[in-house]
Amino acid sequence: MQINLQQVTADYQAGPIRSPEILKSISTTVKSGSFTAVVGKTGSGKSSLLKLMNGLLIPVKGSVSVGDITITSENAKQSVKEVRQKVGMVFQFPESQLFAETVEKDIMFGPMNFGVPEAEAKEIALEVIERVGLEASLLSKSPFSLSGGQKRYVAMAGILAMRPDILVLDEPGAGLDPKGKKEVMDLLHAWHKERGLTILLVTHDMDDVALYADEVIVMDSGRIVFQDEPERLFADVEAIHQWGLDLPQARKLQIRIEQEANVTLSQICLTRDQLAAALIEAGLA
Amino acid sequence: MNKLILGRYFPGDSLLHRIDPRAKLLAGISFIFILFIANNWITYLVLWLFTFTMMKLSGVSIRIYLRGVRPLIWLILFTVSLQVLFTAGGKIYIDWGPITISSFGLINGMYIFSRFTMIIFVSTVVTLTTKPIDLTDAINYLLQPLKRLKLPVDEISLMLSIALRFIPIILDETQKVMDAQRARGTVFGEGSLPQQIKKIVPIFVPLFVSSLIRAEDMANAMEVRGYQSNNPRSSFRRLHWQKTDIAALIAMVLLAVTLFILRTEGHHFH
Repeated sequence: MQINLQQVTADYQAGPIRSPEILKSISTTVKSGSFTAVVGKTGSGKSSLLKLMNGLLIPVKGSVSVGDITITSENAKQSVKEVRQKVGMVFQFPESQLFAETVEKDIMFGPMNFGVPEAEAKEIALEVIERVGLEASLLSKSPFSLSGGQKRYVAMAGILAMRPDILVLDEPGAGLDPKGKKEVMDLLHAWHKERGLTILLVTHDMDDVALYADEVIVMDSGRIVFQDEPERLFADVEAIHQWGLDLPQARKLQIRIEQEANVTLSQICLTRDQLAAALIEAGLA
Repeated sequence: MNKLILGRYFPGDSLLHRIDPRAKLLAGISFIFILFIANNWITYLVLWLFTFTMMKLSGVSIRIYLRGVRPLIWLILFTVSLQVLFTAGGKIYIDWGPITISSFGLINGMYIFSRFTMIIFVSTVVTLTTKPIDLTDAINYLLQPLKRLKLPVDEISLMLSIALRFIPIILDETQKVMDAQRARGTVFGEGSLPQQIKKIVPIFVPLFVSSLIRAEDMANAMEVRGYQSNNPRSSFRRLHWQKTDIAALIAMVLLAVTLFILRTEGHHFH
């Protein structure tokens, strides 16, 4: 399922403060089955872009299409419910949304809101808890008795249970230890590869972009300033600095080696493996 | 959520903003008592003039004040209609057994309505022009005499200032949790009353959990920095009592005296 934004302008309201035009006339397409990373400075509009895609933020001007549903400022009321089922949104620190007495009931909350009968919702809960790599025995436990990492997986299972075609995530690895973070990213990547789930995620970690994404969107002051493959983004070191971004570790090392040894490697290396291969090829290792 | 103006501060530099919070608080409280001196139309007119002058002086638009009345409008109308329907006397317009609409009832209703709205307006003037933190300092200062009665005044004002500090954070948090549950298919403001009440649970449980965590973090942070509730402490922000503050209190006394002169002697509607 494809997402299409046409000339979208959006305002943002946080408490009494209204920020006009947090997104300025944005047009973009997120291809079906892609793994897209959204990067940019704090306040550049990344989170707003995600909210737009599942109807939590309604465009003031322009339209957002998800598959064959279109959201505009006029038809927002009817269309958002459909969109929210198709586009599952995992917020930053999603574990803070858990509320039910048991993990099972919490996971069933989403599907039942969309009219799935209780018995079926139970089956779904069993299925998704295994998909996020947790034991089925956790289903009868209180979500508040789990560890931080487990809570996050339960919260993600609660979104997966709605059987979305597109998964939108705001920094899914934030606040986890490096191992836990890698596990979350690997899991997302596996769902993307095996089930063709379209994934769109906000991240601050350029290594995540390098390792997992096949497309990257750069936001700056409410505009999309770049959208292409990660290799193309990390080739342009100057632009990276201008947008307040960073380079993946391997790419940083590559630039350092190129400067010190006064050579140019045959390709832009985003991962350790790529860098190792390029170094061997150049006879430097 | 965004419409709540109770306890919200509007930054500004009006005469009222500059008055000492203690003076403002005292003036605000005394106004509520002064209200009860009024008992005829001329005294109410004086009070309305006073109220409008204060609202004008605060430099905040009238629309903001009207928003403050809106959440209470049904309570006000209910009280007013009780007054109108159950007060007898004067000219009687409608008479259905115990229910009568009389001239006294109508007049009384108007007075009650005025009292309610003026109390809201004037207390809103106080909160809109005073930083919450200054307000708690003022409360702390004015409660000091109660220390003799072993009342934990400093603790009470600390609790107040922490509570005020947390209002915007919790509102923000509420918004986030609501968004997260919306993303899971909850539609707020739809369905029957029991259904709508049920939708509150997925908001309140996470909010309680996070508030408890936050409270514990805060307590720990205070403890590691050596906070002891019974230690004598000085304040970083000093309150300065100035001539304008005395003038403000004199103005309140003058208002009371004016009303005493203008009120109808020995004649009551109640």
